[in-house]
Amino acid sequence: MAIRKSPQRTAFLVFDYAFLLLSALLCLFPLVHVLAISFSSAVAAAAGRVSIFPVEFTLASYEYVASKGAFWTAFGVSVMRIALILPLTLLVTVMAAYPMSKSAKVFRARPFYTYFLLITMLFSGGLIPWFLTIRGLGINNTIWALVIPGIAQVFNTILLMNFIRDLPAELEEAAVVDGGGPLTILFRIILPLMKPALATISLFVIVGNWNEWFTGIILMDHPSKYPLQSYLQSIISPTTNIQLIDPKNLDLLKKINERTFKAAQIFIAMFPVLVLYPFLQKYFTKGLVLGSVKG
Amino acid sequence: MKPARRARPGRFRSQLAYHLLLSPTVILVIIFSYIPMVGILMAFQKYNVTKGIFGSPFIGLDNFIRVFTANNIDQVMFNTVFIATMKIIAGLVASVTFALLLNELRSRVFVRTVQTMIYLPYFLSWVILSGILIEILSPSTGVVNNLIKSLGFQPIYFLGKDTLFPYVLVASDTWKNFGYGTIIYLAALTSIDPSLYEAARVDGANYNQQLRHITLPGILPIITLMSVLSLGNLLNAGFDQVFNMINPQVYTTGEILDLTVYNLGIRKANFSTATAVGLVKSLISFVLITVSFRLARRFAGYHIF
Repeated sequence: MAIRKSPQRTAFLVFDYAFLLLSALLCLFPLVHVLAISFSSAVAAAAGRVSIFPVEFTLASYEYVASKGAFWTAFGVSVMRIALILPLTLLVTVMAAYPMSKSAKVFRARPFYTYFLLITMLFSGGLIPWFLTIRGLGINNTIWALVIPGIAQVFNTILLMNFIRDLPAELEEAAVVDGGGPLTILFRIILPLMKPALATISLFVIVGNWNEWFTGIILMDHPSKYPLQSYLQSIISPTTNIQLIDPKNLDLLKKINERTFKAAQIFIAMFPVLVLYPFLQKYFTKGLVLGSVKG
Repeated sequence: MKPARRARPGRFRSQLAYHLLLSPTVILVIIFSYIPMVGILMAFQKYNVTKGIFGSPFIGLDNFIRVFTANNIDQVMFNTVFIATMKIIAGLVASVTFALLLNELRSRVFVRTVQTMIYLPYFLSWVILSGILIEILSPSTGVVNNLIKSLGFQPIYFLGKDTLFPYVLVASDTWKNFGYGTIIYLAALTSIDPSLYEAARVDGANYNQQLRHITLPGILPIITLMSVLSLGNLLNAGFDQVFNMINPQVYTTGEILDLTVYNLGIRKANFSTATAVGLVKSLISFVLITVSFRLARRFAGYHIF
């Protein structure tokens, strides 16, 4: 029997669809608008004629970005940072998660390590001692300042630990009977099964490090060593006014202005995230739920 | 009592292997979490970079007294808690509302599309989002004010008016984060047993009654859990966001504790006072997080490790 809809119910559903669609469009509008500006001419942007489609379509802003060495240097730093931190994080996290997945009966020091890690989630020394520690190590002004402090993340360890615990125990028992030690078990048996969890953590690491800008700002003395988001921060912040004076590019400069130029850089900086977005959507929530909300 | 069993052969070796596997994490955590905790001593010193932490003279609580008698610290504390609380509440209301509204719809394509559209800003950094907000909210050239002007009103300086700034922070933070909350709550809603609704319908319950007696109780545990866990963030008003959106005109209502620490420590190289402010924040947060974990365990059976 079909449930008949009352007029109130129909009215509610119409409202529901309309409200959700409008809100969703509103959420996306700022992004689409800035994208449209980046492809519009300076004249159209200045006249306020751009809404969601480019007006007087031009790639001039992008050509100008392409000619800016500083932008691509920063882009390269970000890529390098991720290329270094991703394998290191995966290795260190896998190594830590396996013993942490054991019960206190099997791994007797586990309660100690639990507190060791838990304390860092509850309390921290704060920004300044952290900053001075890294400077004390002498890795400021090098790419390692953007890599090493971010490798060991307790959250990632918990996420992998929970994943390993959910694997069937028989797999490991069989290997123990065959005389396999912990290292053999971890790298021969557990690791091949961890692909989905490793994919999730890889996404966390890539997006997190791509978006991270603060470490670059405080630990690099010169902007030429900034990763992309730090570089963007330095040109976007409300107090900076970039000077578009560069005699080589006079032709381009007629077609762009500060706003279209910033818009193009914003869009290029978010492009990698947009490419990963379908995967992020699939794995991120699952990972967060897996890692944090355990009943 | 059972006699102690003899350790199996290889038992010691596997214990050792576990320790070794953990050692990279242990070393990194010691360097980047525990050594900075020792650095807190600076808060009680007149820290001098050349003398270092073991050579600088101790001056008791002077740094704390100086900072916490400064005339703007009350305002900064208020800003921090006010902005953080408003964000938690706004985020909760928006996420739950959207989850409930989405849950009423049958079209999976539509639900999925809306989710995709509202979840995207969550993955973008505040550098990018503030760049976008500064562009669209500009009083002279921004699209929002163009609309306001075309309707015959005066342009509004959203980012430059101190009475407005905290609300712009709250609204834009909600924009970035509510998609994530929506997905969490929607997952909880879809896991409610459908037979409950069937039974209620057989008993003649209308939509409002079903909402009140099945739907809301169904997601109450997760709402409680998320609210309790957000307690630990009462002093985290969002440094990334504020840092990228603040300007001198709105410092009175926009400055938050983390920004004070940054300005004192990194800008002015006043390491001791900055560490003192950071320590007070860490201590209060420690209490809040501990309480929130305890409550989460009691009310939702939530445990971290």
